[in-house]
Amino acid sequence: MSSPLLPQMHDPVVALPPETPRSRRAARRVLRDADGGHATNFSRGFVVKLLLLAMIDALGVYVVMAAWGQGSFGILWSMVGLLVGANYVYFSKRALPMKYILPGLSFLLVYQIFVILFTGFVAFTNYGDGHNSTKADAIEALLIQNERRVEGSDAYPLTVLADGDELAFAIVTSDGDVRVGRAEAPLETIDEAEVDDDVVTAVPGYEVLGRQAILARQSDVTDLRVPVSSDPADGSIRTQDARSGYVFISTMHYDETTDSMTDALTGTVYTPNDDGQFESADGATLAVGWRVLVGFDNFVKAFGDPRYSTPFLKVFAWTVAFAALSVVTTFLLGLFLAMVFNDERVKGRKIYRTLMILPYAIPGFLAALLWSGMLNTKFGFVNQILLGGAEIPWLTDPWLAKLAVLGVNLWLGFPYMFLICTGALQSIPGDVLEAAKIDGAGGIRTWKSVTMPLLLIATAPLLISSFAFNFNNFTLIYMLTGGGPRFADASVPLGHTDILISMVYSISGVDGNAAKDYGLASALSIVIFVIVGTISAIAFRQTRKLEEIN
Amino acid sequence: MAIETVQVPRPSVVPAAPHRLSRKRWFTEIGWRHVVGVLAVIYAGFPIVYVLSASLSENGTLTGSNQLFAQVSGLNYAELNDTLFWTWMGNTLVIAIVTAIGTVLMGAAAAYAFSRFRFTGRRGGLTALLIIQMFPQMLAFVAIFLLLLGLGNVVPLLGLNSTLALICVYLGGSLGVNTFLMYGFFNTVPRELDEAAKLDGASHAQIYWTIILRLVAPILAVVGLLSFIASFGEFIIARIILQSEGNWTLAVGLYGWVSQRLDANWGLFAAGAVIAAVPVLILFLFLQKYIVGGLTAGSVKG
Repeated sequence: MSSPLLPQMHDPVVALPPETPRSRRAARRVLRDADGGHATNFSRGFVVKLLLLAMIDALGVYVVMAAWGQGSFGILWSMVGLLVGANYVYFSKRALPMKYILPGLSFLLVYQIFVILFTGFVAFTNYGDGHNSTKADAIEALLIQNERRVEGSDAYPLTVLADGDELAFAIVTSDGDVRVGRAEAPLETIDEAEVDDDVVTAVPGYEVLGRQAILARQSDVTDLRVPVSSDPADGSIRTQDARSGYVFISTMHYDETTDSMTDALTGTVYTPNDDGQFESADGATLAVGWRVLVGFDNFVKAFGDPRYSTPFLKVFAWTVAFAALSVVTTFLLGLFLAMVFNDERVKGRKIYRTLMILPYAIPGFLAALLWSGMLNTKFGFVNQILLGGAEIPWLTDPWLAKLAVLGVNLWLGFPYMFLICTGALQSIPGDVLEAAKIDGAGGIRTWKSVTMPLLLIATAPLLISSFAFNFNNFTLIYMLTGGGPRFADASVPLGHTDILISMVYSISGVDGNAAKDYGLASALSIVIFVIVGTISAIAFRQTRKLEEIN
Repeated sequence: MAIETVQVPRPSVVPAAPHRLSRKRWFTEIGWRHVVGVLAVIYAGFPIVYVLSASLSENGTLTGSNQLFAQVSGLNYAELNDTLFWTWMGNTLVIAIVTAIGTVLMGAAAAYAFSRFRFTGRRGGLTALLIIQMFPQMLAFVAIFLLLLGLGNVVPLLGLNSTLALICVYLGGSLGVNTFLMYGFFNTVPRELDEAAKLDGASHAQIYWTIILRLVAPILAVVGLLSFIASFGEFIIARIILQSEGNWTLAVGLYGWVSQRLDANWGLFAAGAVIAAVPVLILFLFLQKYIVGGLTAGSVKG
């Protein structure tokens, strides 16, 4: 924070300029006048503002209507709130500061504050595979999954239709009516359809598919399920041969009054349990559940269930070690180089500096991928050329992989430390050093008692933020080792170089390699939030303490 | 704070001209520093030399790339045309540039309000910003995924697999950090300047666009640059949101090449990496001075 190279930053809280009522009033008066003139003159700025707001309102109203159509009331009300807020702020004369804050604030609210709060909410639910949606959706899914052909029921003459890419069925009822429906639209009677000897030959708005077209989309046709009515209990029409359709009715029956599922085949009654599943008296559960609040279950699972707690502790210890060692190694190397080059008599320092910061100027993901190839056991550059054909398992041995991760991070991170140490060294006042010399301090003593403390004051906040950054350095770990080598004894897909954030990524299942468990993943995210937040808070207080020394 | 306001010359312990030193003394005092420097440059540079050589190698495999500059051919670069590389490059540049511009515009506006106006909730807002920037948005990736899943049902353009949605997420994440950085810089512009303009009849918008923004240009450059670099290399959120191959960014696409068939795709990756590194490298080298300032002012490369 104290190099002559840097923009001069004020301490955020300490340096708030004093606020006097008089200056505030005056400022407000002037600004209000200016704003008033602005809004009544129809100046160019006002027209631009009007056009922009009209566009935003139009888009907003579109979103509101779409949300209404989908029944997403959370989105609907948030959008209404944002729209009303925006229109108030930009047409009122009283909300001047908000005119500047609102655009950023709305993004911050939705994509940062909301998602953090939502993470907190999901952490207390069992959201994940098997508990993906609401109870109503789960009931519908269960009814559909358990549909069977009604024994001995009539076959309806069936024709496969297409509307663009979407398939539809047309059937002829025993009364001779033609009924048409698709996956999302239940059967409807269509009077205008043409029928020839119980076979539908034309339906307005649809194309009748021929044999060839049906064969080409055979599996789509046999998978298609056209609901008989909007009530899933009425069952659906399905076909095997594309000529005759049968009514399929669910063997499950949901009774709203008792809130229970009954299996018509076995007579078993399932009632909802606390985990968001239907459960029978003997403890059997149905496959599809819904999400419910589960209290602290996810946290208990993370810390109590040995399947998760054992790897969690290992991963946690490695995360702290990785972040701390990364900071220490990069800082030491960077500091050493900064000291070496902090001498004006060395020629070509600019060239050295430019070449040395190259690793830092390369996007981190490229560097990690590059090293993953260079460290390859059999074909990599490091083993083949630098070590003369050795086959050292850099990325597949637990300890070597840890060493490799730290080594690559040293390469990536030392230029940053070199830069900030150079800046800090150059900003140490010369008279302080001179005073130490006059007082009789030798080189080492000056270094220990004067240079080093001043250097640490300047770099401490950056070291701590570097620690926080490496604590979540997902890209490096994921691209270099993918967290591997795997723990031999763990059932969850975790490995020796996994850090907390990559552990959360594996457990969440968003990459499709494991069962999804959003609840547990969010709970772990919250744990990391707490750790990182604490570190930052300590860092912040420490910074202020250190500054008071001056 | 005191330390920042003191401008002092660098310590110059030995005023004597270097050429008067004896050879031995020259080496013990200065020469060894060059040795360290050369070693450090080799350490920093050899992977970069290697990737250059691998990208120019003819056979395009990991094994075949080990002999430095054994052949020099543009084959790997030509082969990039048969892949989606240029699409990914385009996507990445669009995302990074739009995010950088958006961050600068919205962050600067908010910083201006916090720095220049006095209103109720100002202190609370600043404290809130300070707290928010302690929580990395990346950690909430599960919630981001679920949010976009829901938004996508209503407006597909804001849902999964949309570039625009990714930009929105990046904007939300970078504002917390960067607004604070800019706020500090805005405070260093003397208030007398805008008060004088106010007395001359300038509106708040005129003061903002024509006076303040010009004076804070250095911090705008830093924030824009850091934001560009951060979104250029961001992986985890891009990977979750962008699902179809044609929408991927470089980070997602190149990771795919290396993770699937490391050996066979190595030449392609090396060529892609060289091209992908160029924009960031150029920005970095030209704006070195600004970046050093921005870094030390409290933000870290992402």
